[in-house]
Amino acid sequence: MSDIADRVKKIVVEHLGVEEDKVTESASFIDDLGADSLDTVELVMAFEEEFGIEIPDDAAETIQTFGDAVKFISEAA
Amino acid sequence: MRRVVVTGLGLVTPLACGVEETWSRLLAGQSGAGPITRFDPSNVVTQYACEIPRGDGSDGTFNPDDWMEPKEQRKVDDFIIYGMAAATQAVRDAGWEAPSEEEKLRTGVMIGSGIGGLTSIAETAVLIKEKGPKRVSPFFIPGALINLVSGQVSIRFGFKGPNHAVVTACSTGAHAIGDAARLIAFGDADVMVAGGAESPISEIGIAGFNACKALSTKRADDPAKASRPYDADRDGFVMGEGAGVVVLEEYEHAQARGARIYAEVLGYGLSGDAYHITAPSEDGDGGFRSMSAALARAGLSPAEIDYINAHGTSTMADTIELSAVERLLGNHAVNATMSSTKSSIGHLLGAAGAVEAIFCILAIRDQVAPPTLNLDNPAVTPKLDLAPHHAVRRRIDVALSNSFGFGGTNASLIVGKVR
Repeated sequence: MSDIADRVKKIVVEHLGVEEDKVTESASFIDDLGADSLDTVELVMAFEEEFGIEIPDDAAETIQTFGDAVKFISEAA
Repeated sequence: MRRVVVTGLGLVTPLACGVEETWSRLLAGQSGAGPITRFDPSNVVTQYACEIPRGDGSDGTFNPDDWMEPKEQRKVDDFIIYGMAAATQAVRDAGWEAPSEEEKLRTGVMIGSGIGGLTSIAETAVLIKEKGPKRVSPFFIPGALINLVSGQVSIRFGFKGPNHAVVTACSTGAHAIGDAARLIAFGDADVMVAGGAESPISEIGIAGFNACKALSTKRADDPAKASRPYDADRDGFVMGEGAGVVVLEEYEHAQARGARIYAEVLGYGLSGDAYHITAPSEDGDGGFRSMSAALARAGLSPAEIDYINAHGTSTMADTIELSAVERLLGNHAVNATMSSTKSSIGHLLGAAGAVEAIFCILAIRDQVAPPTLNLDNPAVTPKLDLAPHHAVRRRIDVALSNSFGFGGTNASLIVGKVR
């Protein structure tokens, strides 16, 4: 797994308090990992902080799964 | 009016996490004071406070993980964790954890705080200054709002009745219990989870109360001696933290389910000083009127009060309250015992009134008045027994608890044995 994916996974595990093996490519933050809408806002902020990037609101809305996050960040970072 | 009784208790205090652990240490004359460890106090004047003993949860230590998931703790200020801990204890103690849907609709929550998420407000302000407003957490507001203790407790247990929160500085806990009892008396609910929670031991909290000249500053060498209500050498209050929560219940409702009844809420009185933002009026008239109103509501005479848990913060105002109590009790003053448990646990601000009401309830249960520590040299000669140094075993059928707050807001609660 790429370095970016590892770092994203670490953030997700920390913020949502989920087991690492639950954080799969297709795992949805809300449907599978127990996040609510405020959690997803905080997750996006944590990604921004970790990778030094800006994730605009309309782009943030497309980040629904762990895989979406890794893909977006890989392209932006 | 419907009668209201107390069927559950919960405490998180500087002596211990837990009702019995706190109570036994209080009666033994222990102090919760020590050097400040919650933050680096090198830039503030007062170097000591009464902090909750943190640990793994054994031997009366407070382990936040026992009361809230770590990932949820991160989203809230400490006062909410303390409130959740005390409320969870109280609800379990009352055996009211999983009532039916119908009963949930008739169960409400009223847990207040004096200043709520002060620490997170300060930290977030610094964050904005350093990193800009886009870095503000979505959990900042719901983690700092005072009524979010009530909100969180209602979500945990599914209590769908009245959901409310009191904010009256140091009278908060007493007002919350009194107001919640009225909601039951008026029929808005059958059960109320009520009390107060506070987490003011942070740089901004200590600096703020230092600036008002309200805190003790002189006893960094021996913090356990700093809170000394009525003593000639007192020099301000010692900051505490924690939460006190009770389960209040309509009398027949409690009886019907065979609940253990600790005491009855007999009276509740409120008043305003209309005098000064931080000082009580010199004649103690505000406290006198709140106590008188509570007595009138209870239908009791002053001679029927056995124990008074004073507001007694270890400031100049102690003697004002003392004279107001002596005026109220008249010739009966010599028969009553009054103590300030702030000598042991410090001042828990918005949680104080609830914690001290619980001490009154336990005083009735065990027929013992907790002591006033450090009362070596009384500033005035009291007519009342102020229980210096040692707990006093005596008959206690009726107890009164006073709470007075900044802004001139006064509350008096009277609890008694169920008759």
